Amino acid sequence: MFDEMLLENGTVRPHYTGFDRWKSSREAGFLESKKAEADHLFRQVGITFSVYGDDVGTERLIPFDLVPRIIPAAQWARLEKGLAQRVQALNLFLKDVYGRGDILRAGIIPANRVLGNAQFRKEMLDLNVPSGIYSMIAGIDLVCVGEDEWYVLEDNLRVPSGVSYMLENRKMMMRLFPDLFGSHRIAPVAHYPDLLLETLRQGAPDAQEDPTVVVLTPGLYNSAYFEHAFLAQQMGVELVEGKDLIVEDDTVYMQTTHGKKRVDVIYRRIDDDYLDPEVFNADSMLGVRGLMRAYRAGRVTLANAVGTGVADDKSIYPYVPEMIRFYLGQEPILHNVPTHICSESDSLKYVLDNLDQLVVKEVHGAGGYGMLIGPSASKAEIADFRAKLMAQPDAYIAQPTLSLSTCPTMVEKGIAPRHIDLRPFVLTSPSGVRMVPGGLTRVALKEGSLVVNSSQGGGTKDTWVAAE
Amino acid sequence: MLSRTADSLYWMARYTERAENTARLIDIGLQQSLLPGQQREAEASLAGMLGLAELLPIYQKKFGDVNPESVIRFMVLDEENPSSIWCSLHNARENARAVRGQITTGMWETINATWLEFLKLCEEGLPLKEPGKFFEWVQMRSHLSRGITIGTMFKDEAFRFVRLGTFIERADSTARMIDLRFHHIETLDAKAGLLDPDDPEFAVREFYHWEAVLRALSAFEAYRKVYRDTISGTRVAELLMLNPDVPRSITACINEVVANLENVGNGNSAETRRRAGKLAAKLCYLTLEEIAVEGLHLWLTKLLADIDDLGVRIRQDFLVL
Repeated sequence: MFDEMLLENGTVRPHYTGFDRWKSSREAGFLESKKAEADHLFRQVGITFSVYGDDVGTERLIPFDLVPRIIPAAQWARLEKGLAQRVQALNLFLKDVYGRGDILRAGIIPANRVLGNAQFRKEMLDLNVPSGIYSMIAGIDLVCVGEDEWYVLEDNLRVPSGVSYMLENRKMMMRLFPDLFGSHRIAPVAHYPDLLLETLRQGAPDAQEDPTVVVLTPGLYNSAYFEHAFLAQQMGVELVEGKDLIVEDDTVYMQTTHGKKRVDVIYRRIDDDYLDPEVFNADSMLGVRGLMRAYRAGRVTLANAVGTGVADDKSIYPYVPEMIRFYLGQEPILHNVPTHICSESDSLKYVLDNLDQLVVKEVHGAGGYGMLIGPSASKAEIADFRAKLMAQPDAYIAQPTLSLSTCPTMVEKGIAPRHIDLRPFVLTSPSGVRMVPGGLTRVALKEGSLVVNSSQGGGTKDTWVAAE
Repeated sequence: MLSRTADSLYWMARYTERAENTARLIDIGLQQSLLPGQQREAEASLAGMLGLAELLPIYQKKFGDVNPESVIRFMVLDEENPSSIWCSLHNARENARAVRGQITTGMWETINATWLEFLKLCEEGLPLKEPGKFFEWVQMRSHLSRGITIGTMFKDEAFRFVRLGTFIERADSTARMIDLRFHHIETLDAKAGLLDPDDPEFAVREFYHWEAVLRALSAFEAYRKVYRDTISGTRVAELLMLNPDVPRSITACINEVVANLENVGNGNSAETRRRAGKLAAKLCYLTLEEIAVEGLHLWLTKLLADIDDLGVRIRQDFLVL
C-alpha cells in the first residue's frame, strides 16, 4: 500500500510537511468544524448532483474532503508531457480511422476491432471536422501506485465531467484556509474556463472572427447540470437545450428574444446517441434535428466531435501505446495497465483462471457500474461474473488489481487512508495542447474500496501541484 | 438572450411574487379570525379566497370544511396544489436553477436558500405553529430576493424580464385582492342585513375590513398620508387601484410593465406595448366615479382580462419558442 503523505514508518513525506505542521498547530476538532462549514456552503451555492434512480430533482452533495492531495511539481511536469503526448496521439488516431485508415492498413490494430466497434460512427467517415481536432476536451484517469509510478486507467474523450468540482474545491479551500495558500506555492487552476473558451473559439468553422459559443445541456435534471450551468456562466456564453436550437440551410441558430442568432461552436454535454434525431436515436427529445447536416456542411463545430468513443473504448485502450509510437514516433511517457481482452481465447482462459485476482470491466461500461473486483468479491459474485464472461466474452476486459495510492482522508473516526485517483482535463486547440496543473482527485470513502466514482459513494479533494 | 432564458427569468419572478402575495392574502384572513365574533366571517373570507383562485372544489374534496388549519395545509404545504406556497417557491427555485448562469451569484444563493430554509421551517412545523411569523418570513424572503435583484443585477434585457414577471403578477394579485374584499363585504353584509351606513356598527366593521386590506398590501401608512381621514372602502379602492405612488397599486404595476416593455422591444412587440400603454393611460385619467358607473366588480373583471392579455402577449412576443 502506497500512501502519498506518509512513509511506511509513519514519517511525513517532504511535500506534505508544510501541511502537516499547519494541521498539528490547530486545536482538535478544527477540521471537523470547517467540514460542517464547507457542507453548508456547498449546499447554499447549490453545488449538487442528481443520482439516476432517485426521485427526479433529488440533489446530493459530492462529499468534499478537506485534506488536500499534493503532487510535487516535478512529478506533474512529467505527467503533463505524458498527457499531452497521449491526447495528441488519440486525436490523430480518430482523424485516421474516420479518414485514411493508415493504422488499420498497417495492421497495428485489428480493423474489425475499430470498424466493428459499437462506438464507431460511420456517419463520421470522410466528414471534415472543422478544427481537425476530435477531442478538444479530454479527461484522462490516472492512478499512482508507487513513488512517482503512474498508470493511465482510462481515457475519457466523449463528455468528461468533474472539472467544476476541481474549480469549486479550490475556491472552497481558499475560502476556508487562506493561510495555507500563503505558506505554500500552489499552482492556480482558476483560469481553466478561460482556456476552455479560447480552445472552443479557436475551433470555430469558417475562420469566424467573433464566433458564438454555446454549452448544450440535456437540462435541469441531468446529473451534471450544475457543471454545465457553471461552465457556461464562467465562460460568459449561453447555456442552451436542444429545443433552443434550430437548423436552417445547414446553419445552426438559437432562438432569442430578438429572433434567430447563429451558433458557431457547440460544447455539447449530450451523448452522440441523442444529438440529432434525424441521424441517431429518433426518439431523442434532447437533441437538435438537422445538427449533423450542419456539421457535415462544415457550418458548426461540435466539441467534442461525434464518434470519439471509438478511441476511449476499453477494447481500444490496450493499443494506445502503439498509437503513440505509430503517429508520433515516440515512446509513451505514461504507462498503460496491462489489459486482457476477453474476446481473445488465450486471454479469456487466463482471466477465467484468475478471476479472484483481476478487475473485470465491461467494455462499454462507465461510472463504476458493472465491474468485478476479484480480490474483494464474494464466491457467488465471482461465479456470477464467470457465467457472464463465458456468455459474452467480447463485452469484457480484465486487468490486474492495482493497489491505488492512498491519501489521509477525514472519515467518521478521524483521519484514515483512503484510495484516490486523478483526472486531469486536457484541452486541445489548433495552437496546441494545454491544461491547468493537477485536475480532479476522487477518493473512495469506504475503507479498502477502489471505486472512486461519485455515483458509488466517492468524494473529491482539492488537488495541489506544489513547488517544493 | 435565449427565449427560454427570458421565460425562466419571467416565471422565476412571478412565482417569487406569487408566494409573497399568497402569504399576504392568507395572513389577513387568519388575523381576522382572531377578532372577537369574527370567526365565521374570517372563515367565509378564506372560502372566498379559495373560490377566487378557483381552488374551492379541490380544497373541499381534500379537506371538507374551511378552517384555518386546513387552509394553511392546503395553501402552504400542499405539493399537489399548484397555487400553494410550496409550489410557488419550488417553481421559483427551479426556474432560477435553469438560468443560474444568467443571474448573479447572490440572487441564485438567495432563492436557493429560501427554498432550503422553507423545507426546514415546514419540517419544524412553523407554518401551523406560528403562521404569522411564517408568513412574515415568506414576505421578507421575497423582499430580499427583489432587493438583491435590483442591487446586483446588470440592467439589461434579463433584468427587464424579471421585472415584467414581478409586476404582471402583482397587478393581477392586487386586483384580485380588492375584488375579493368588496365582493365579500357586499354579499356577507347584505345577507346579514348589515348594509346600513347609518348603523354605528357599520363604520367600525368597515374600519377593520379595510384596515386589514391596507396592511396586507403594505399601504396603511400611505393611506394616512394621502387622505388624513377615516378609513372607507371607496378611498381604499381608489388608493390601491389608481394611486401611482403606492408600490402595490394596479396603476403603479402597469406603469412598471410599460417602462420595462420599452427596454425589451423587438419586431413583434409593438402591439403589446400599445396595449400596455393604453391601459396605463386609462388608469392615469380614470376617476372612481367612472368606475362606479360600471360597477367595481365588472370593472375589475375586465381589468383582470386586460392584465392576462398582457401576460399572454409578452409570452407570445418574447418567450414562446
